[in-house]
Amino acid sequence: MGQLTTGEREFASVILVVLMILGIAMAVAGRFDPMGVHGGMVFLYSGGLFWWILTSFFGKEPDAVRFSSYYDDPIKVGVALTLFWAVFGMFFGVWAAAQLAWPSLNFDTAWSSFGRIRPVHTTGVIFGFGGNALIATSFHVVQRTSRARLADQLSPWFVVFGYNLFCLIAVSGYFMGVTQSKEYAEAEWYADIWLVVVWVAYFVLFVRTLARRKEPHIYVANWYYLAFIIVVAILHIVNNLAVPASFGHAKSYTVWSGVQDAMVQWWYGHNAVAFFLTAGFLGMLYYYLPIRAQRPIFSYRLSILSFWGITFFYMWAGSHHLHYTALPLWVQNLGMTFSVMLLVPSWASAGNALLTLNGAWHRVRDDATLRFIMMAAFFYGLSTFEGSFMAIRAVNSLSHYTDWTVGHVHAGALGWVAMITFGSFYTLVPSIWKRERMYSSTLVEVHFWLALIGTLIYVFAMWNSGIIQGLMWRTYSPDNTLVYSFVDSLLAMYPYYIARAFGGLLFLLGAIVASYNIWMTVRTVPATVTATSDAPLPSGIYGAAPSPAE
Amino acid sequence: MGERLHGKLERTAVGFMLAIVVAGSVGGIVEIAPLFTIHETVEDAPDMRLYTPLETAGRDIYVREGCYACHSQMIRTLRDEVERYGPYSLAVESKYDHPMLWGSKRTGPDLARIGGKYSDLWHVAHLINPRDVVPESNMPSYRWLATTQLELSDLGGHLAALRAVGVPYTDEMIASAAADAYGQSNPDSDQSSGVTERYGDATEVSAFDGVKNTVTEMDALVAYLQVVGRLTKAAYENTAAPEQMPDPNN
Repeated sequence: MGQLTTGEREFASVILVVLMILGIAMAVAGRFDPMGVHGGMVFLYSGGLFWWILTSFFGKEPDAVRFSSYYDDPIKVGVALTLFWAVFGMFFGVWAAAQLAWPSLNFDTAWSSFGRIRPVHTTGVIFGFGGNALIATSFHVVQRTSRARLADQLSPWFVVFGYNLFCLIAVSGYFMGVTQSKEYAEAEWYADIWLVVVWVAYFVLFVRTLARRKEPHIYVANWYYLAFIIVVAILHIVNNLAVPASFGHAKSYTVWSGVQDAMVQWWYGHNAVAFFLTAGFLGMLYYYLPIRAQRPIFSYRLSILSFWGITFFYMWAGSHHLHYTALPLWVQNLGMTFSVMLLVPSWASAGNALLTLNGAWHRVRDDATLRFIMMAAFFYGLSTFEGSFMAIRAVNSLSHYTDWTVGHVHAGALGWVAMITFGSFYTLVPSIWKRERMYSSTLVEVHFWLALIGTLIYVFAMWNSGIIQGLMWRTYSPDNTLVYSFVDSLLAMYPYYIARAFGGLLFLLGAIVASYNIWMTVRTVPATVTATSDAPLPSGIYGAAPSPAE
Repeated sequence: MGERLHGKLERTAVGFMLAIVVAGSVGGIVEIAPLFTIHETVEDAPDMRLYTPLETAGRDIYVREGCYACHSQMIRTLRDEVERYGPYSLAVESKYDHPMLWGSKRTGPDLARIGGKYSDLWHVAHLINPRDVVPESNMPSYRWLATTQLELSDLGGHLAALRAVGVPYTDEMIASAAADAYGQSNPDSDQSSGVTERYGDATEVSAFDGVKNTVTEMDALVAYLQVVGRLTKAAYENTAAPEQMPDPNN
């Protein structure tokens, strides 16, 4: 806060007062509806931040020295929020998984039944954990690779706090039954509109920071972050166009219907995976992997191929979620074709990552952090192969609607997304807090094994259950009748549901260990002597003249 | 050459951004835009009726409770699915569904043809405690639905919003939404004849939860479940072979 100029403090106050008024308006208009509760929350949230600004409103102006360092305070807050959402979201995941085995674990209350806590889990981990991790690391990466400080002090805070307000509104809404039921896009209309505002601010900040860069080229990791920011905006807006029942209601009706809605939903849903959970995290991979392995990325050409292949092919692939449905066949087939082709750019990145490690295997052996990154690249390759395979019509007819799909997305979510995040965080945390090392490398090791074993138990349980389920549904007796009733297949699932909950629990424990380790690093590890290299280049050195890096 | 070109591209943030927008837009435009313009996307079904206000409210409860997360509403053109659940789903059947509820997971069975398959009583018993009627079930119980009164006053607003996105509700339907919801769940009431007048004789009028003179959320959800798959008979009349002939060996 001390780094905000008086003008920025004034602007922040104006934004927060406007938000407080909006909160009151929502509380009044929606007083007979869950929207009223959200109005109250918006008011308290912005009121709290407003109070925080006021306490230092007349503090002294920051001096110009701040421009000689990177702006890491919002990243620190982002890291803390990421860990909070990780533990929160995974806890609800374990709970939801346990409910499938023991349905009475909802304790007969509405807010905790499976249908309501499932989106709490998915939004908590995808948007809460994943989104905060992406925002925090993108702020870190764009500054270091551009050798420039973030474009201003206020908008990073707006992005971090605004984004978390969205997550808070979304998640608290699900407990109250506020959902528009679109997978990965369950939040209702006012939360969606707010996210657009935050996202535009994020985009503008990112591009303005890129424009200040002292390096002539835009570093590969930033390509991915840029694609993530732009395409997610497009997807989010098109998928969430809706008309509310009234301005005092949380309930809205999407403008798309039936078969068109299904196509839009899976165009969105599949690419939420592509651009949120893949492109963004590839940004992390392309920055933190070379840093940690202390080797340059294996091939620059592969990076280019992979990037444009992913950006172009992925957007076609969503319709493979709709094989054998009422969606016109030509669209299904296009989706399948592009999904299969997608393997090439995906494996280009996975291969690029693993080949970068060639010659650094001794580091992989000794450094659990690098092992996290390597495992992430491995699971990325595995999941993208599995994804292309499952998009094939014949395979999809078996796997769709079963737990195989759940296993597949979790191989990606736990193995790729979460592991690359933790690998990046263990690299990032000592760096931005200027600590010489993590608090305990043993705990990093413990976390690694908890995460790996948890993922394997989870994924194998779901592969088994999914394939058994799919096969049981289509098993015919010699006299051409179906052998199993649906309930038979459900009964066969119970042991796997229990195994899955256990695997998830191990993964959750790992996240708790990580949070403790990071907390202790910040609190107890002595600071390093100031690293002079970790600072932006002063502006004006290269000016408009051709840069010496050319 | 390619690398030189890319070398230039990656030096300009705005150019790079535009290239991403272009590369990322093609797929969606090619696959989505035609679905709104070619008439083969959705079949004609002249007998198609609309969800009544009570059924709409029930559908909203279905969405609210996240039922779609475990139950699909899309029977695929595969032999085992058609034999287990009924005729495969047609696009027209979800024409008025904002949003669609095709689902992506079957922890429980598909519900695309659940309407009329069980009695109202069975549904009420099942929703109050699924294990009373299906001992192996892992579905949550929804007993509070039976004691929660349905909010009738804003149903008109819901219908109006649905009209705004393309469902052909008339002014009269919107104006009498609350009365229609009451009438549909109270067969002996004065309001019950209005529902069948406006929504057709096939509309089921019943005290869905078995209790008269009240409209509970249970009434609404059961009314919805009883109409799923029955808005049109098109799927039963459509005798054309599926686009993909199911493989008998599957």
